[in-house]
Amino acid sequence: MNKLTMLGWVSIALIAVGSVLGLAVLPADALQGEVQRLLYVHVPVAWVMMLAFFVVFLMSILYLVQRQLKWDLLAVSAAELGVLAAVLTLILGTLWGRPTWGIWWAWDPRVTTTALLVPIYTGYLVVRSMTEDPDRRARWAAVIGLIAFVQVPIVYLSVFWWRSLHQPPSSPQSMWSAYGLVMLLGFVAYTLAFAYLWLRRYRLAATELELELSGPEEG
Amino acid sequence: MSDLPRRAAAILWKDILSETRTRQGFTAMLSFAALVLFMFSFAIGVDNDLLGRLAGGLLWVAIVFTGTLSLGRTFQNEELAGGTRLLRLYPGDVRAIYLGKLAGNLVVLAALEVVLFPAAAILYQVDFTAQAGPLLLVAVLGTFGFSVIGTFFSALTVHLRARELLLPLLLFPALVPVVLGSVGATEAFLAGDPLGRAGGWLRLLASYDVILFVVCLWIFPVVLEE
Repeated sequence: MNKLTMLGWVSIALIAVGSVLGLAVLPADALQGEVQRLLYVHVPVAWVMMLAFFVVFLMSILYLVQRQLKWDLLAVSAAELGVLAAVLTLILGTLWGRPTWGIWWAWDPRVTTTALLVPIYTGYLVVRSMTEDPDRRARWAAVIGLIAFVQVPIVYLSVFWWRSLHQPPSSPQSMWSAYGLVMLLGFVAYTLAFAYLWLRRYRLAATELELELSGPEEG
Repeated sequence: MSDLPRRAAAILWKDILSETRTRQGFTAMLSFAALVLFMFSFAIGVDNDLLGRLAGGLLWVAIVFTGTLSLGRTFQNEELAGGTRLLRLYPGDVRAIYLGKLAGNLVVLAALEVVLFPAAAILYQVDFTAQAGPLLLVAVLGTFGFSVIGTFFSALTVHLRARELLLPLLLFPALVPVVLGSVGATEAFLAGDPLGRAGGWLRLLASYDVILFVVCLWIFPVVLEE
């Protein structure tokens, strides 16, 4: 078993342990009830989303500086995972929000900004899919990856001024310690899962590019 | 570097010449903008109070929609005639192309707004004249931000097959601070700014404008590379 496969199994095992702890072992939250258990997934997945888009930004910069296609492949691999994590975050968030806030959609700054990240990085992926030349594709994608990361904090700030309702992020002190530990486990587990999927996707992308560059005639 | 304004002005002048000789684009754009204003009234109804309260938002949405159509044309003439490569071949910093095209979009949008603001004032029964100075500042900052981002993304999408779809897809999320800031400040000024919130929106607009302008100008040469 190679190291990457092992990383995959470790992350699955940690997610399984976290799920058992979060779903069955810990008691339901006194104020929010059973629905609070969603946060053990929602919060780590939201973290993975931010991590993924930060990785896109870093890889974009590296591409623009070094002009090596591997950075571009690493960027697109992270972008796909970021969009997936953003959609998951939104779905889990609305499911949690309906019983907790009483409404599905609250126009809260974090929710709204997360929702905007989906079209931003979908645009990133679509522009790529429509550009055939690998170097052009990498260059334009890197530019979008860079601009997106500049604009997102200001988008967040502007929506924050426009409206605010989201419960502030829980600091470790505000959470009962067992909750905090399970949450921490979730962060580790989903970060490892991200790392595994990211590197797997990168290998696939590298193989695809090799194929694209070697034999276009075979279709 | 000192040649930058002169080169940008040459590009602006070229575009103004070719636009004034055909004039098809701008006329169509004005009609489209008027139709958007009408559509809002059709969708909302002839409730004058409601339209008056929504006027700031409706006006900026009309500007964004119409402006997006116009932005799509920024590099289209060159692209169709194979002129982007020629533009790039001219000596000097390619940033001049960005600045010239940006100036062109500013001129077109300013001309649009000169018609759109009075039209909205009449159709939605709002009075822009009482706060003309502050509203002019909002319009300048909002239009500049829109053009900075729009010119950049139109250069990025002009080679793509589905550019009409991709330009708004990339542009609209980036415009959120511009739209929120412009609408927020416009509505605050129209209401006489009782809560003193217009200043914050103006600062947001101004800072976003500056940050995006610097970033776009800085990486524009990468977009135009062959």
